[in-house]
Amino acid sequence: MGWFKRLKDGIQTATKYKKEAPDGLWFHCKECGATTTSKEMRENFFKCPKCDYHVRIGSREYFDLLFDNEKYTLLFDNLVAKDILEFVDLKSYKERLDTARKKTGLNEAISVAVGKIHRHAIVIACMDFSFIGGSMNTVVGEKIARAIEYCMAHRTPLLIISKSGGARMMEAAFSLMQMAKTAAMLSEMAKMGIPYFSLMTDPTTGGVTASYAMLGDINMAEPKALIGFAGPRVIRETIKRDLPEGFQTSEFLLEHGFLDFIVNRAELKDRIGELLKLFAPALKAKA
Amino acid sequence: MVFLEFEKPLEQLYEQLEKIKQVGEQSDIDVTPMVKELEKRIRKTRKEIYSNLSGWQKVQLSRHPERPYTLFYVSHIFKNFIELHGDRLCGDDKAIVGGLANLDGQTVVIVGHQKGVNTKMRQYRNFGMANPEGYRKALRLMKMAERFGFPVFSFIDTPGAYPGIEAEERGQAEAIARNMFEMAQLKVPIVVTVIGEGASGGAIGIGLGDRVYMLENTWYSVISPESCSSILWRSWDYKEQAAEALKLTAEDMFRFGLIDGIIKEPLGGAHTAPEEMAKTLKRHLKQTLQELQQIPVDELVQQRIMKYRRMGEFEELAPVSEKEN
Ligand SMILES: [Zn+2]
Repeated sequence: MGWFKRLKDGIQTATKYKKEAPDGLWFHCKECGATTTSKEMRENFFKCPKCDYHVRIGSREYFDLLFDNEKYTLLFDNLVAKDILEFVDLKSYKERLDTARKKTGLNEAISVAVGKIHRHAIVIACMDFSFIGGSMNTVVGEKIARAIEYCMAHRTPLLIISKSGGARMMEAAFSLMQMAKTAAMLSEMAKMGIPYFSLMTDPTTGGVTASYAMLGDINMAEPKALIGFAGPRVIRETIKRDLPEGFQTSEFLLEHGFLDFIVNRAELKDRIGELLKLFAPALKAKA
Repeated sequence: MVFLEFEKPLEQLYEQLEKIKQVGEQSDIDVTPMVKELEKRIRKTRKEIYSNLSGWQKVQLSRHPERPYTLFYVSHIFKNFIELHGDRLCGDDKAIVGGLANLDGQTVVIVGHQKGVNTKMRQYRNFGMANPEGYRKALRLMKMAERFGFPVFSFIDTPGAYPGIEAEERGQAEAIARNMFEMAQLKVPIVVTVIGEGASGGAIGIGLGDRVYMLENTWYSVISPESCSSILWRSWDYKEQAAEALKLTAEDMFRFGLIDGIIKEPLGGAHTAPEEMAKTLKRHLKQTLQELQQIPVDELVQQRIMKYRRMGEFEELAPVSEKEN
């Protein structure tokens, strides 16, 4: 009961969000093996100062990096998953949810916030890989749907930052239907001429790629992210041969025509700021 | 006749029946009463087996090698079917078929997964696993349907979208996402029927509609029980448990409000009486289309979007004050 009961009673004592990036003094890069201080890495936009590897970070880090003055308001943060199917595998879904909430201090695998980038209003929905692999469930779908409705009501552009292993199995068909739900809602927003930017980060796979992640007016990705529909292991087992080098990376997707551009995390805020400026006339026109 | 594991008692009765019939043919003994008795037992046994199928058993039935596929229903429900090929971009996918046809006087557009009917054809159809070209062909035909005001009938029967190198190169994810985005706004009625397997993105890529029905012995979920077992149980041996846990049957899906109805199959499954199945399905499709055509098209699209908008259950906690950071 603990956590849930407390929140239900409106007592706001849930554990504070734990920053996803390593807290220790030292940062060991898993890409190039270099060791630097964590401070250096953080000040380098959470990238390895030696090889530019983009460290996996969570929603709060992105919010801090992107919003002006690190100022934003969380939206719909009171939505939490329900174990609709009473799903049990080696562990029960209830247990998995509980562990994920305790470990991350988050309510779900996506957080939505509204704030400003270069003084332009924007809603950002950002996924957290640390919460059950960033898997998409009903709450993820619902928060995106509400974010879209908020954007439609306020004529505000939307940025979704994807980072996900795909749909969450423990909500089975409910998760699957969130693909249709988010795609349908995005089609409504598109009709109103409100821009949607999709940023794919490492990794973006499965039902997330095959729904909102690929539907941006602008599709962008961080460098060297894994992006695909089927996972590389599944493909290798199906075709029974090795996968080409660089397969399913951001660079691969750019080359095959599915991304508008790749953006370094150091330039992300400015790039989105530029986009917001360029799209601003469209927002006024129909207001 | 192909019998599934759980149909063993039936198989034995059928074998006995064959033997007795042979005896009857080869001698003067009147076997009629024994034949009658056996046929009665077969009916009873079939009823017993089929009144209480597990999730996994339904999955097996949905994959029965003699089960009717999309083109069977097309030929038994519609007239003047003209198959239309290609996505006008890259190629023609054999795992998704589509075309124009006539449903009792009305022109309609059909799209659907197609599995092969024998070993050679199964390969040709890529086991019903579509590449991006399949989804894009389906979208091309649906957009044509919209231009001319033809209703769309979609038939789902896939173990999943194909996980291959070329499929990724040509944007499997984008193709599926785009289809849902466009189907949500399509200004003609869309009636979807799961006729076999409804696996994940590969299914929903042609699965968004005003009405979604499942035949009684089909399944629809985010992942196959086998893959679910391998990921969550870290072994391929828990497919039965996975099938139960996923709650993937037509009954479950209807109970959860994720589909609009269940269409009954003949006792023993669609493959035991395919013509009868086609007749039942036709009746449902026609009736549904009539209902949908009463609704002004803009309203239809809004209802369709709201139907998906509402899908899902979750908890809404007491107002957590919107905390400013
Ligand atoms: Zn490095």
